[in-house]
Amino acid sequence: MRTDTAAMRACVTGIALLFFATVATAFEERTFETPEDESLFDTLVTELRCLVCQNQNIADSDADLAVDLRREIYGMIQTGKNKSEILDFMVQRYGEFVLYKPRFSARTIVLWLAPGVLLLLGGLILWRSTVTAKKSNANNAHNPPDSDALARARSLLKEDQPENH
Amino acid sequence: MRFIIPLALFAVISGFLYWGLDNDPRRVPSPLIGKPAPEFSLPVLGDEGSNFSPEQMKGKVWLLNIWATWCASCRVEHPVLVDLARRGTVEIIGLNYKDDNRLAIGWLQELGDPYSMTAVDQSGRIGIDWGFYGAPETFVIDKEGLVQHKHIGPVLPADLQDTILPLVAELREAGS
Repeated sequence: MRTDTAAMRACVTGIALLFFATVATAFEERTFETPEDESLFDTLVTELRCLVCQNQNIADSDADLAVDLRREIYGMIQTGKNKSEILDFMVQRYGEFVLYKPRFSARTIVLWLAPGVLLLLGGLILWRSTVTAKKSNANNAHNPPDSDALARARSLLKEDQPENH
Repeated sequence: MRFIIPLALFAVISGFLYWGLDNDPRRVPSPLIGKPAPEFSLPVLGDEGSNFSPEQMKGKVWLLNIWATWCASCRVEHPVLVDLARRGTVEIIGLNYKDDNRLAIGWLQELGDPYSMTAVDQSGRIGIDWGFYGAPETFVIDKEGLVQHKHIGPVLPADLQDTILPLVAELREAGS
């Protein structure tokens, strides 16, 4: 009985700890002058890629560089820099690759438009194939097969019957 | 006829995937290429009184090598740099990144010092300006102070022969 409760407690503690493990920033204390500053910080660290562990953003990464960059971004917010100024700072140093949400530009236009274009194309193909299928169904209803063909079909069916029984 | 569209799509996708096979996502092209080397002024390792700044290298083609004693691949690269320095082909400036000065000096005494100077970036703030993210990194800077090449990861003899040294020779020719 007692071991059961102990195991249960360990499980619950483990699960509770998981919630803390997801965000590395959880243990860094920062104070912001306004709630807007705080939400700007949160947006920036989640939208910027950590180049050391490339599939994590700066908020989630434990890498040394991510810690430094969080501090840098915090500092810039404290000095009154806005979102696009801070993103510019990052792109000038690390390139467009740091942005999880690439900017809309001549270089990224294919990236941004391709999904929509592909969806339209798919829709078009689907629409066209349904229309042609409907048309051929309608044609079949209007032009029933001629009597020769029907007679042949019937005789073929009859031939089959004795073998089936 | 009806297979042409799927076949063409298949060909295009395979083409991109084949091209992607040799693409290393760890090598992020530096936005600094062709731009002025980020300025800084940092204390020189082992000579706390003096400072190094890239401005001092104007008129020379030089390499900036970012390294640290905690970086394992730096140890792999180090003999290559020592050898390069011995040949005297090109001047190498070190940038010791987020390291302990005592350990850094010990490393250079033990393994040899290929740098004409090592600047100390204790806080890592200058590393950010250079877009540094994977030790070691090596930059080639031309006479006008423009960054011409960035090498991420250890410089191996093949990298020197195939890319860095030909580029240094070419840059040295330019405008002389």
